[in-house]
Amino acid sequence: MKTIKGNAWAYGANIDTDVLAPIGSYQGTGDPAAGAVNCMRDVDPNFAKQVKEGDIFVGTDNLGIGSSRESAPFFLRSLGIRAVVAKSFARIFYRNCFNIGLPALVCLEADRIAMGDSLVVDPASGEVINETQGVTYHCKPIPGHLMAIVDEGGLMPFLEKKLAKSA
Amino acid sequence: MAQTLCEKIIAKAAGTGTVSPGEIVTCKVDLAMMHDSAGPRMAGKKLDELGVPVWDLDKLVVITDHYINDDNPAHHAIQKHAFDWVKGHDIRHFIQEQGICHIVLPQAGHVKPGMFIVGGDSHSVTGGAFGAFMVGIGATEMTGVLATGEIWVRVPETVKIKVTGTLKPGVAAKDVILKLCGDHGIMGFNYQALEYCGTGVSAMSIEERMTLANMAAELGAKAGYCLPDEKTGSVLGKWGAKGVDIASWQSDADASYAKTVTVDGDMLTPQVAAPSSPENAGPIEAHAGTRLDQAYLGACTGAKHDDLRMAAQVLKGRKIQSGFKFMISPSSLAMQEEARADGTLQIIEDAGGVILPMGCSGCIGIGPSRLDENAVGISSTNRNFVGRAGPKSSKLYLASPYTVAASAITGKITDPREFL
Repeated sequence: MKTIKGNAWAYGANIDTDVLAPIGSYQGTGDPAAGAVNCMRDVDPNFAKQVKEGDIFVGTDNLGIGSSRESAPFFLRSLGIRAVVAKSFARIFYRNCFNIGLPALVCLEADRIAMGDSLVVDPASGEVINETQGVTYHCKPIPGHLMAIVDEGGLMPFLEKKLAKSA
Repeated sequence: MAQTLCEKIIAKAAGTGTVSPGEIVTCKVDLAMMHDSAGPRMAGKKLDELGVPVWDLDKLVVITDHYINDDNPAHHAIQKHAFDWVKGHDIRHFIQEQGICHIVLPQAGHVKPGMFIVGGDSHSVTGGAFGAFMVGIGATEMTGVLATGEIWVRVPETVKIKVTGTLKPGVAAKDVILKLCGDHGIMGFNYQALEYCGTGVSAMSIEERMTLANMAAELGAKAGYCLPDEKTGSVLGKWGAKGVDIASWQSDADASYAKTVTVDGDMLTPQVAAPSSPENAGPIEAHAGTRLDQAYLGACTGAKHDDLRMAAQVLKGRKIQSGFKFMISPSSLAMQEEARADGTLQIIEDAGGVILPMGCSGCIGIGPSRLDENAVGISSTNRNFVGRAGPKSSKLYLASPYTVAASAITGKITDPREFL
């Protein structure tokens, strides 16, 4: 997987699925990305308006706590976020990220990243270069079985390949 | 090698003799449950994109419980889609609008000790009350299960949660779990499995154990379970489960645990979680007297038959505060009927409570119990995150059914022991 270069959207601990994908923002059967404009509205109304393709979402502890709703990481990805970095993740959110093709990196120094810092993330090596602060963080390596999923672009393309092989 | 119940279930599902915490294994799923929110319209659609059938129609249960009983056209579209998908895929186990999935799944006889179950909802951990290993997963992950019948798992460490002594009148399982949330935080047991045990748990009804298992999610745990006993067998038998094996699905006496956490049941008092996280929990004294606009009994956590009975115990012969809103969405239709039959609902209605249609509704900010702008509520549900039960300006306190009922009488956060 290629490196990702973008600006950090850095927040605190326990960013939950009710602020990432507010109730009412995914209540239909149409385009699942339609509600992404509401992502983070109760914490930072500028986020969904200003986030750019390639940007990186940063949390501290327990990012993604709450519901199993996949809209939470899916809204981030729909808005252009290409990697998420946090000190720790809530378990379902962590799995959901990889399943939709969004690499999630456990970085114990994530709380040093400031809003707007320019980051270069290398999911394969786990290295995060903070160009603004001139420091490099070493994240925990992404487990092999998850790297395999994210390398394919998510669980759907991964399954397509797997099922084609077994057919 | 000595193992905990959780490790035994994972080892069986992985087809290995034993497993160790931290190990990553691929498990065969005994049962998958999905609801109308993340099920047919998400996981189901994705399965159709893959162009493969459901791996085993005997092992999938589809339940509609989220977007039901209201007049929102978008919700009607979700129901129609779910119904069409179920019909189009010859789904054998479809439970339509009978109650919240975590309640009706065991009530329909699908859950048994020793099973490895996945559910497309974070509160799927509720199945642990019956000695099953049940975890919540997202929609694409569910698609993988529907297509292959398998899922990867990192074997969790097991933490023993021992509830000692005897819970006092007016104190419930909800207070135990809120106490744990307050003491250990919302990520206190991330990725771990919780084994609830001790005299306080043995004495609990199965429905109370479901409350403990349910809110393992609010402690970050992967699973929360109780060791099955005679009560488990008797309730599951009543609910139609066949071939329930209690003896084989226990933790070994010398199994190893990451740690043991003790809750002193004798000393435990009513707990309240302040806005806007379950981890803001503590003894009720800190919040007693806080003015409220409404009270709600609902969700998979707090409107089961036992929860309604707790409320009725407090409300019997009393009236709620004039002008106050007290709403109840029973957790399932069957439990609502039980509570109707034994007079529980009558007591609640006589006190001024309004019974709403059952379903997830108020817990996810849908329907008449949605909090208004700036409103302050108290609820027997599981989460009070910003924006969950109402707009950003609203505030929600979490408490036991006893405390919610007592607070409805006074219109303020009130210690239920005053009324018992």
